[in-house]
Amino acid sequence: MRHTLSVIVENKPGILTRVAGLFARRGYNIESLVVGETENPQVSRMTIVVDGDEKIIEQVTKQLHKLIEVIKISDITQEESVHRELILVRVAADASTRGEIMQICEIFRASIVDLSRNSVMIQATGDQKKIEAMLTTLRPFGIREFARTGRISMVRGSK
Amino acid sequence: MKMTGAQAVVASLQEEGVDLIFGYPGGQVIPLYDALYDSSLRHILTRHEQGAAHAADGYARATGKVGVCIATSGPGATNLITGIANAYMDSVPMVCITGQVPLSVIGKDSFQEADITGITAPITKHNYLVKKASDLPRIIKEAFHIARTGRPGPVVVDVPKDIFTTTIDFEYPKEVRLRGYAPVFEGKSSEVDAVAQAIAEANKPLFFIGGGVGAAGASQDFLRLVEKYQIPVISSLMGLGAIATTHPMHLGMVGMHGTVAANKAVMECDLLVGIGVRFDDRVTGLIARFAPKAKVAHLDIDPAEVNKNVFTHLRVIGDLQWSLPALEASLRKIFVEGQRSGGWIQEVTRWKEESPVAYQKSDDIIKPQFVIEELARLTGGKAVVATDVGQHQMWTAQFFPFHQPRTLITSGGLGTMGYGLPAAIGAQLGQPDELVLLVTGDGSILMNCQEIATAVEHRLPIKVAIMNNNVLGMVRQWQKMFFNQRYSHTRFANGGTDYVKLAEAFGATGLRAETPADVPAIIAKALETEGPVFMDFRVSDDENVLPMVPAGAPLDQIIEEVD
Repeated sequence: MRHTLSVIVENKPGILTRVAGLFARRGYNIESLVVGETENPQVSRMTIVVDGDEKIIEQVTKQLHKLIEVIKISDITQEESVHRELILVRVAADASTRGEIMQICEIFRASIVDLSRNSVMIQATGDQKKIEAMLTTLRPFGIREFARTGRISMVRGSK
Repeated sequence: MKMTGAQAVVASLQEEGVDLIFGYPGGQVIPLYDALYDSSLRHILTRHEQGAAHAADGYARATGKVGVCIATSGPGATNLITGIANAYMDSVPMVCITGQVPLSVIGKDSFQEADITGITAPITKHNYLVKKASDLPRIIKEAFHIARTGRPGPVVVDVPKDIFTTTIDFEYPKEVRLRGYAPVFEGKSSEVDAVAQAIAEANKPLFFIGGGVGAAGASQDFLRLVEKYQIPVISSLMGLGAIATTHPMHLGMVGMHGTVAANKAVMECDLLVGIGVRFDDRVTGLIARFAPKAKVAHLDIDPAEVNKNVFTHLRVIGDLQWSLPALEASLRKIFVEGQRSGGWIQEVTRWKEESPVAYQKSDDIIKPQFVIEELARLTGGKAVVATDVGQHQMWTAQFFPFHQPRTLITSGGLGTMGYGLPAAIGAQLGQPDELVLLVTGDGSILMNCQEIATAVEHRLPIKVAIMNNNVLGMVRQWQKMFFNQRYSHTRFANGGTDYVKLAEAFGATGLRAETPADVPAIIAKALETEGPVFMDFRVSDDENVLPMVPAGAPLDQIIEEVD
């Protein structure tokens, strides 16, 4: 099963290497890993999506905890959370298809951020399901390339 | 107080109570050695950086203090790697200070540059690259704190040369503030009570101890539990000596070369309580058949060890100095004398008597096991024993009686040939009043024989027994048992090395025994001789470590004889 771990780490160089190295050498599968700033400049938040059964997730969590620069780990898979990722997609488009593509963008609340004679670049945000659905819809037009950020997550509710 | 970074390193080491360090100078640490020149810190110059790392490790194991070693950047630092990995696997507290090229040229493939924090990330508890000279005192404070608390381990501090020469305002921090590091000393009493309940209800309980018991200084607490509640004990290699291996409740070492009684006990027990252990594959054999009838409990300081290899029903996370007395207190309330049914003690004692570790004695050729028995007899078993890795290591574990924690200095997890001599040097320097023996093989001793020079320089009275069979015995044994006797590259051709002359070349004493009758006299002579003595025992080259459970087999698949 896919788990989402929200990991607060010291904002120091090398921590990404330590986390990535830990996953590699212990044979855990990272589906995505996003790291970025938080409201506190001293710490960063990593959102790690990892695939594995309960036993593997238990080990992943405990081994991560052994890293001195890891401050807090929350498995937010079960919690009521907001998950988002951002995608940029370049889709083949000429004058005859551009209109239809723009309609699709509207439905997914995506926006066109670049335009050329035979393609458009679309930017979209959403959870994984929405992104997948949009990609499926766009596929018949010809997807030239895309780049995804991976998931970032936050638990809902007041804190 | 104003001082240079190098002086700050020395002052910080002294603040940590360090009185002995091991090292080897080189380009980027010249400023540090310059500061050492003026200090009262005792520095032991080894003859190879690997020797410095193993010596710091041996010193730490023998004393319980943090071992410290220094090396220069690049090759100096990479030569420490085996020693760091070795300490990491066996949870030995160490701080390694490495020189680094100046900050401005890091990342330029500079002369003698290696990314040592990158290289050592998987084999250290933590590591640092110092980027600001004013951070030095805090980083060294943290390094020692991390190395010695919780589950101990090695920490590397990589210091660029210009950091050593920058002047700073030195003030040693009073406390450590690490948000992401807070090892649990005192855990949950409910967890302890659950284990106590399981012990009270068990008919065939078994304690399985590892290096953690001695490392935590919890031997006495453990012994009280054993004696009061009459629970038999098995031990990993690392756990030998935590309580006396001659204790009537001690069934010996478990696992691949464990005793028949210990392995049978694992298969038959109904409760296995692992204490300060990590359920290594050399212990468990086939995991699916490990302790098949038992509920498993696990007491350890490191939560990540729980359920890593063996599924445990009960766990107690915390320092053994807390959990073992707590377990005793909890048991005292609920344990009913005579409630345990079935004669478990009689059963394990019978196994122990029926199948002791044994070997075919000989009057013609020296048996290595005999040498170890004689070493034990002639020293009364009162010694700190270092070993290298291979057959001699297993025979030492099987035939030498260990009475105290910190008396067996051996590379358990990593299995590092070449560890023994430098580790014995570290142990002897840490325990100057104890007799230090090194049991080694002709393969292992050559891997760090340059350290004979270090032992001679400091007149360390280490007595070294070389089990010289002219073969790499453990590999040869596997070739014999599992590879159709195809002895690929396990014999040293041309009669090997003259170890007496080798010792003499370094200024040490060399002795040789060629027949069993020579053995006691040679050992006696070595014990009387001052300084380091190397005993070349020309032992049988076709000896097997038995019993043996093949790798990956269940513990009841014990081979007791090989033709």
